[in-house]
Amino acid sequence: MSAVDWYLTLATGLFCIGAYGVLARRNVILIVMSLELMLNAVNIALVAFADFLPGAAGRGTFFALFIITLAAAEVTVGLAIVVANYRYSRSVQADEFSEMKG
Amino acid sequence: MHTMIVLIPLLPLAGFVVTLLLGKRVLSARPEVVSLAAVTASWVLSMIVVAHVFGAHDKAIDFNLFTWVSAGSFHVQWGYLVDSLAAVMLIVVSTIGMLVHYYSIGYMRSDGGYYRFFAYLNLFMFAMFTLILANNYLLVFLGWEGVGLCSYLLISFWFHKKSASQAGKKAFLVNRIGDWGFTLGLFLIFTTFGSLQFGQVFAKVSLVSPGLVTWISLLLFVGAVGKSAQFPLHVWLPDAMEGPTPVSALIHAATMVNAGVYMIARSYPLVSHSHTAMLVVMIVGTFTAIYAACIALTQNDIKKVIAYSTISSLGFMFMALGAGAWVAAIFYLFAHGFFKGLLFLGSGSVIHSMSGEQDMRRMGGLRKKLPLTFWTMLIGALANVGMFPFAGFWAKDEILGGDFSAHYYIVWAVGIVTAFVTALFMFRLMFLTFWGENRASAEVQRHIHESPRVMTVPLVILAIPAAVLGLVVGLPPDGGWLHTFLQPVFFNVEKEHFAWAGTGGGLMALSLVVVALGISTAYVAYLRRPGLPARAAARVPWAYEASYHKFYMDEFYNAAVIRPVMGFAMWLWAFVDVRVIDGAVNGLAWLWGAFGRVLRPLQTGRAQSYAFGVFAGLFVLIILIRYFWGA
Repeated sequence: MSAVDWYLTLATGLFCIGAYGVLARRNVILIVMSLELMLNAVNIALVAFADFLPGAAGRGTFFALFIITLAAAEVTVGLAIVVANYRYSRSVQADEFSEMKG
Repeated sequence: MHTMIVLIPLLPLAGFVVTLLLGKRVLSARPEVVSLAAVTASWVLSMIVVAHVFGAHDKAIDFNLFTWVSAGSFHVQWGYLVDSLAAVMLIVVSTIGMLVHYYSIGYMRSDGGYYRFFAYLNLFMFAMFTLILANNYLLVFLGWEGVGLCSYLLISFWFHKKSASQAGKKAFLVNRIGDWGFTLGLFLIFTTFGSLQFGQVFAKVSLVSPGLVTWISLLLFVGAVGKSAQFPLHVWLPDAMEGPTPVSALIHAATMVNAGVYMIARSYPLVSHSHTAMLVVMIVGTFTAIYAACIALTQNDIKKVIAYSTISSLGFMFMALGAGAWVAAIFYLFAHGFFKGLLFLGSGSVIHSMSGEQDMRRMGGLRKKLPLTFWTMLIGALANVGMFPFAGFWAKDEILGGDFSAHYYIVWAVGIVTAFVTALFMFRLMFLTFWGENRASAEVQRHIHESPRVMTVPLVILAIPAAVLGLVVGLPPDGGWLHTFLQPVFFNVEKEHFAWAGTGGGLMALSLVVVALGISTAYVAYLRRPGLPARAAARVPWAYEASYHKFYMDEFYNAAVIRPVMGFAMWLWAFVDVRVIDGAVNGLAWLWGAFGRVLRPLQTGRAQSYAFGVFAGLFVLIILIRYFWGA
């Protein structure tokens, strides 16, 4: 197993933990946190590829930085929505937000 | 002269349009003025035209105004033909039409639809004039349908009454059967002769195969059976009595119902060419005559009795036509128009004075209270039963004489029996209405009064021809003025039946005895021994019941036609419409609804379940990519 595989295994593990959190957690704040985990798993994978693939160095790190910025913005908007929704429904439980049910 | 002839139908048409459009508002004070002026002017013009035709002798006026229909090889002119036959019809239609208009002023005065009534009457006059003056079959058909429409409108004039609107519908539908035959007849005439113009058709009759002529004649006769209320299409006429009485007098006694007789007489070159058709006409007419007379015997509604008497009289006319006594048929039509119109108007006067009562069982003793109505109706009744020397006597005896001299002895015998029954029921009506004690309620009795002048004067005017018409135009029998006048029209068929005068005297005496017997039977049964009819009815209850229920014709049609048609309609509605058509539409809607219901649980509204879908999809995608593209 080469070095990159270790990184990728770590990234996959983090991603799966994040995905599990997004799907299984009830609390919206925890879901947002799990989303961050997933984004960071991708960041690890990108940085690892950037180090190991000769042609991808600049682009990989740049992409990772870009995602970190994006994640910050996303968390801001996401938490604002969570707060606004809390004012409306007095709850942060995701399974209670089912007004769009068909 | 041409202008005058054109104006005769045109004036009532104009009167109809004006009265209908302006009658309610502009002419509201006297909405009848325009239509009265129109028919009066038509009457004057008709008399001038008749005088001219009489003067010109066998020169018929036949002219075309314009091409009415032109399609391929089918051309029909709008044209008029005035010969002596049309002239006789003109006298009847214009005179009685005008008198009925005046009579209606009194009879309909208090009715809400007063202006509408006069508008319809005028439209009727237009259609009837068109029918008798037309010089081709299609124009006859136009008038024919026009009078049918007016008949419908006027029968159901009091349309808020359920029975009246039903009766109008019945008249319309039953006449449709007749018109179906007439239309087929027209088609056959056109395909056979290539024209619908009387002159062109009649000129070629002898060139056509007798079978075709028979078919054409029979189809035309189907039309006549409908319009002239012959068995088995007579059922509409008694119900038509739901209409106002002036309508019964004008349309359902004196003019429209004669249209069938007129049309067969007009087609005499065709009909007389086919022995079969003649025989059918005669048998149907003879049967109807006795059949309707038997029904009239037990009816209690004064108008119904006269209605069945009308059917019977029309049967007499067809009997005469079929036996080849063409002039006698027209003579009877001529006289019948006056005396039957008189009887109807008289019964209208009785009903008017009895506060709308029509049941003879609650009348009686009106002789003293309605002297004018009584005397005029007595003349009408005597004319109808054929008592010497009233109009009906001469006409009826020419018919019976015609049957006898043509060796149709059975028909003649049926005619004699019918004459007896007619005398019986007509004087039953007279005795029940005008003699004896009044059986109405005290309230009604207090209001009994002679009708206003505007109603009695037409009665008196009609009573004159009913009394003396036979003496003026029918003497000597089979050679009177009317015969000479109509000779040009019926020139080649009348000769065979022209010399019956030898036995005539004996036949006349016999029929007079029969009529006198009928009247005296009625006298005994309804005045001297009032219990007699009930006992007679109890002796043969089946005969009484059959006559009272009109030989169950309405019940028969109900069971044989109306019920199956209604059942079929119900099936169409309850099965085809509700199940099949609605079922298909609703089923399709249900199908898409069900599709939606199946898919609906997918939309849970929970973001996480959607996210699960996304992940699952991604997972599947990755596996597929690995599988198909390898790695």
